[in-house]
Amino acid sequence: MLAAVLSIGGIGLVAAAALGVAAKKFAVEVDPRELAILEVLPGANCGACGQPGCSGYAKGVADGTLAPNLCPPGGADVVEKIARIMGIEAVSAEPQIAVVLCQGDNSKATQKYRYLGLSDCNAAQKIADGPKTCPGGCLGLGSCQRACPFGAIEMTPEGLAVISREKCTGCTKCVAVCPRQVIRMTPLAATTHVLCNSHDKGPLIRKYCQIGCIGCHICKKTVPDAYAVEDFLARVDYAQHAQAAAAIEKCPTKCIRDFSSGYPQGSSFASPTVPVKTETAA
Amino acid sequence: MTLKTFTGGLHPPDSKQSSAHKPIERCPLPAELVIPAAQHIGAPAEICVAVGDQVKKGQVIAQAKGFVSVPIHASTSGEVIAVEPRLHPMGRALPAVVIKPDGLDQWDETLTANDPGQLDAEELKTLVREAGIVGLGGATFPAHVKLSPPEGKTIDTLILNGVECEPYLTADHRLMLEQAERIIDGINILRKILGVKTAIIGIEANKPDAIAHLEKECAAHDIQVQPLKVQYPQGAEKQLIDACLGRQVPSGGLPMDCGVVVQNVGTCAAISDAVRLGRPLVERIATVTGPGISEPKNLLIAIGTPLQHLVDQCGGLEGEPAKIIMGGPMMGQTQLSLEVPAIRGTSGLLIFREQDLQIKPAGPCIRCGRCISVCPIHLQPTTIAAYARLELIDEAESYHALDCIECGCCTYICPATLPLVQSIRHAKGGIMAKRRKL
Repeated sequence: MLAAVLSIGGIGLVAAAALGVAAKKFAVEVDPRELAILEVLPGANCGACGQPGCSGYAKGVADGTLAPNLCPPGGADVVEKIARIMGIEAVSAEPQIAVVLCQGDNSKATQKYRYLGLSDCNAAQKIADGPKTCPGGCLGLGSCQRACPFGAIEMTPEGLAVISREKCTGCTKCVAVCPRQVIRMTPLAATTHVLCNSHDKGPLIRKYCQIGCIGCHICKKTVPDAYAVEDFLARVDYAQHAQAAAAIEKCPTKCIRDFSSGYPQGSSFASPTVPVKTETAA
Repeated sequence: MTLKTFTGGLHPPDSKQSSAHKPIERCPLPAELVIPAAQHIGAPAEICVAVGDQVKKGQVIAQAKGFVSVPIHASTSGEVIAVEPRLHPMGRALPAVVIKPDGLDQWDETLTANDPGQLDAEELKTLVREAGIVGLGGATFPAHVKLSPPEGKTIDTLILNGVECEPYLTADHRLMLEQAERIIDGINILRKILGVKTAIIGIEANKPDAIAHLEKECAAHDIQVQPLKVQYPQGAEKQLIDACLGRQVPSGGLPMDCGVVVQNVGTCAAISDAVRLGRPLVERIATVTGPGISEPKNLLIAIGTPLQHLVDQCGGLEGEPAKIIMGGPMMGQTQLSLEVPAIRGTSGLLIFREQDLQIKPAGPCIRCGRCISVCPIHLQPTTIAAYARLELIDEAESYHALDCIECGCCTYICPATLPLVQSIRHAKGGIMAKRRKL
């Protein structure tokens, strides 16, 4: 009995001493600022900064190799906190969020074949360039929704991805996963968008989608500064986005939408309390 | 007598009775031929004719680009009326040469007949390549590549694939019955190129007439005819080698790694024409069948003939088509429309109506293990598919996703109708993309 207590206790003491020495001798110096930065980062490990995760970014900022304003999910708030930790001045980048530039769900756009396969946009895209007749439209199989670390994307019952303006942090994961490049990063302050991604000519678009941009130039004629039409597809010039809403009523196919007056049909998201964040306007 | 076979696989209803007894018929030329530049595995050929050119039958209209590539030839004489992207069997518009036949069907005079006895292996191989010969079983792999084993690989056996294990198809069956002499001539040329003696023709036992006929014809040529069990995918290269010789192709390897070259009997006949007559691959035999076709037939078609024209030759459609398949029902490719042209790999055209299809929504995997018991490669399809769905590419790779031959047995047998092959193909795409990145 005594022998057992002594031997186990002895082993414990020796091990403790060894660990104590090792902890002193092999201690890793961590920049306290790195830990502080890691503390204020959102911790989603989304990779939007270009690093594998938040700790990599925290280390980069502490080293001075990375700028403090590369964390879109954190927004202006985090930039300010990091700047304070680092004792530097930092200007936050203009906040961006992702928008699905398509409203052609299954009730409005045609399919060229019946797709019964894997529910994955990238897998579907490999079969004759996807079931949707439109070459640029949302396939509606939810790859972006599964990629979103913030639960900001929903699929409507008719198969259209819609991104919440409140939940999107601008991490760009959905942009990277979409095989049709229908999701774009846009300034958060801009609420008016041309929701179409097809460069086909008008007569062709009318055959497969009720709500696509036909390149008629009416929006550009109405507000010349706020729109640009390239290859039969109109885009809002986001530098002048404030004026863009004036053309919504004029659009013959109703493919321009102001998100402040509601999300596309079928979305369960409540009308955003827009402008969502006004600080950038000031 | 027990017939030779492989392990795994299954036996879908072979449905060959509607066209197996129909002799090969020459299909008349359509109003225009659409000949795509991409008709084989490897780099697409480069189009070398322009609108307005007069071309002769057999003239090169697109040049091979690289080693794993073959030239494309005009399927008849006539005028090039367009060089533009046209709907391809792949499902998208790809570059193609459109020829308006002049009705004369004149061969290019520069093509000359050869005596295979006077040529050496290299010269024969060049003829095969210049004739644009690809595997006519459906995979369209350039034949000359298979005939060029790298240094250090010795080939001791040539296997001819006359299995035709895909349901519905009867093109190879008719070819073996009607034109055995072309096949045998092709085999002799292939033996000379490869320097091998042993040649085995593998035929599924559901074609007893073809087996008897070839046994009689081959007797004088030292070619063995091997009847095989009716089991899908008996005609898949690796399964055929296993069945005939009991040899296993190593994981990630090719038939030449176990000393074998496999060629389809149709390819063999085309090689005979290419060498003996100097005629390139401009036509092939295809079975036009299925419940949606009024009068199923085996047609000798010019490459580039629109599918609609084939349907017209077979008494038109029977009801509204719901699914158009180019090739066999297990591995064939579903088509968007009948305006697509038949290409070198078109072994058949199947048309099904809505009532012929069994479409059920995919349910959850019930872990019954049937996909595992039928997989001829002994993979775990359901596991790989689950990894593919979750984008766990490394795990899918460790379960040998790349060894999948996409035969479709697992998808066919799955009681939950899961898209297993598509999922595995998705994983394969991910693995290849990852390898390119590294």
